[in-house]
Parts: sequence; structure tokens; C-alpha cells
Amino acid sequence: MERNLTQIALFAALIAALGLIPKFTLPLGVPITGQSLGIMLAGTVLGAKRGALAVILFLGLVALGLPLLAGGRGGLGVFSGVTAGFLFGWVVAAYVTGLLAEMWAGKGGWIAPAIASAIGGILVLYPIGIIGMYLKLDATLMGLTLSMGPFVPGDLIKCVLAGLITQGLRKARPGLVAG
Amino acid sequence: MISLTSEVRTPYHSWPAGRKLLGLCLFTVAVFYLEQSVAALLVMGAVACAYLVAGRRFARQGLRLIRPVFWVSLIIMTYHVLTRDVEAGLLVCMRLATAVAAANLVTLTTALEDMLDVMERLMARLFIGAKIRRRIALSVTLVIRFIPELTRKGGTLIEAWRARSTKKFSWKLLLPFALLALDDAEQVAEALKARGGVE
Repeated sequence: MERNLTQIALFAALIAALGLIPKFTLPLGVPITGQSLGIMLAGTVLGAKRGALAVILFLGLVALGLPLLAGGRGGLGVFSGVTAGFLFGWVVAAYVTGLLAEMWAGKGGWIAPAIASAIGGILVLYPIGIIGMYLKLDATLMGLTLSMGPFVPGDLIKCVLAGLITQGLRKARPGLVAG
Repeated sequence: MISLTSEVRTPYHSWPAGRKLLGLCLFTVAVFYLEQSVAALLVMGAVACAYLVAGRRFARQGLRLIRPVFWVSLIIMTYHVLTRDVEAGLLVCMRLATAVAAANLVTLTTALEDMLDVMERLMARLFIGAKIRRRIALSVTLVIRFIPELTRKGGTLIEAWRARSTKKFSWKLLLPFALLALDDAEQVAEALKARGGVE
């Protein structure tokens, strides 16, 4: 019980800290911010249930008024904004990523957690975020879907990073990683 | 841990947090049913007045917090200008700015402990057991305690990298950073067990 609770709390803190540290640049010059990577890692490292709970805890603190989202954003306003669907979608994304990571635990090196992250963090998250935008904006679903295009390459790179980091954690701390 | 609560005292600070949150829920739903631009403009004006009543400094804080909405509104308006439906675009932007500004008003005028208090009461009303409520409270405390700690450790990792490399901050630092979180979680779990454990 103690370990479950502290891992959920520390991963919620990690997601927050990843939003506070500066963005880093990959060799091709692609800038990456860490927060959505933190959501993927919550799933691949903690598994479905604990990963989703870590994200819920993080979002709960954002709603309570802590400026924990990237760029120092927070408060109830972000849940009324255009990107609110993505915030709610993070919970489902972490759950699905975790579920797949648990199913493929220990298999396929870094590729299995990377694919789990891609399914959870892109294929599941994007539709929820797009529906959230559709409910707020007077735009077509197709237009909104196409507007997500520029984010896909960066998110795919994050999936690969989530896979590599999960594999590294597996080697460094065997038994502590769900995926 | 710094919260977004404003240090500028306003009349809204003394309003009960629970009622503010309930009012906000009803207001947000109502805003998205506004179909006429004039009505949306009036409601947006009313929210702006609510900020201005509390003073110029407070209004500036509100403006700072709502800045991201301006950029989103710009994109929305560009889209609607291209589709030649400017009025619909204006309505969407006004609804969005009004809902976000109202939510920010509650955030700016409600202390973190009052929010936590409402959460605790809400969970009790939803028949969530005392044991689970205590676990949630402990988790919240741990997160608030560990965000500055992890951020500081992340900063130390970046400094160590910069001291040894001329290259920019690399993704390779994320592995030791995640490892720090896992190790801290283990140590805190052991410490909790040693103090009698979590119910």
C-alpha cells in the first residue's frame, strides 16, 4: 500500500516537474516539452490503474489552483479552455498506455512500451482532445483533426523516448516497473 | 508551493468556496448556451466588471492569466474569417473567454486550503470512506512537498550536465530524472512503513 501511494504521488510530482524544467531540443532541432511524456511514462512505469491515478492526482492539484501545467498555467480556467479535452484525455491515455504496457511487460525491449505510448498518447488521446475542441469551437471535426498534424512528429518522438526510458528503468530497477 | 491565489484582497475572497464552485459550474454551463452575440458580450462585460470592481492590480492579474485564450481566439477568428462566418467566430471567442475568466476568478480568490476543504466535504458527501479520504490527503501533501524537491534535483542534473558538456540539455537526462522519482517513492514508502504505515 505504502509503495503504491508514494509511487502515485511521486509520479504526479514528476509530471509537474517535467512541466517546470526547460524544454530540450533533439538533434534535428525539434523542441520537446516534457509534460505529455510524463503522462506516457506514468502508464508505462506504473501500469494502468496507478498511472491513471497519478494523472488524476496531478489534474486535481491543477484544478485546486496550482500552476503546474507547462508555462505555469493552472486553476479551474484550464478546464474551461479549448484544450480541456486533452487534459481529461490524459487520464484515459495513461490508463490505456499502462494496460498495454502491463500486457506486454518485459517483451520487445523499448519497442513495446513505445507502441503502448503511441496507442495511448496519440490514438486514444487525440480523439478525446479533438471532441473536446469540437464541443467548444464552431469548427468541423475534419478540420480539427487536420490541425493536429503538426503535433504528431513530436509526439511520436516522445513515444520512442518513453520506450527507451522505460527500458532503462526496467534495467536499473527490476521489479519496480510495470511495463 | 506557490498557488495561483491572488494576494490582492477582494470581496470575493470572503465568499464561501463551495458556493463559488457551485456557482461557477452553473455559470459555465449557462455560458455555452448563449446563442446571441449581444448577450455573450453583455455577460463577458459583466465578468470584466467583476474583475475591475476588485481593483486595477487584480484585473491585471486576471488579464495575465487569460492571455493564452487570446492566442487561441486569434486562431479561431482566422479560421472563421476564412470560412466567412465572423459572427459565429466572435460568439465562440466570447463564450470561451467568459468561461475561462470566470473560472480564473474563482481560482484567484480561493485559497488552496479552502479548495482542499471543499474537496474533503464533497468526498464525504459522495460517501467516500474516511480511510480513502486520508490516503488522498496524504497523496496531495506528498505531491505538494515533492514538486519543489524533484524540480530542484532536476535542476542539479541539468547543472551537472552543463558543467561537463558544451551541448544543450539532452533527453538522456530524463532517465536519471525518472529514476530519482522512483527511488524517492521507495524511500518515502519505507519511511511511512517505519512510522506505522498507511491505513
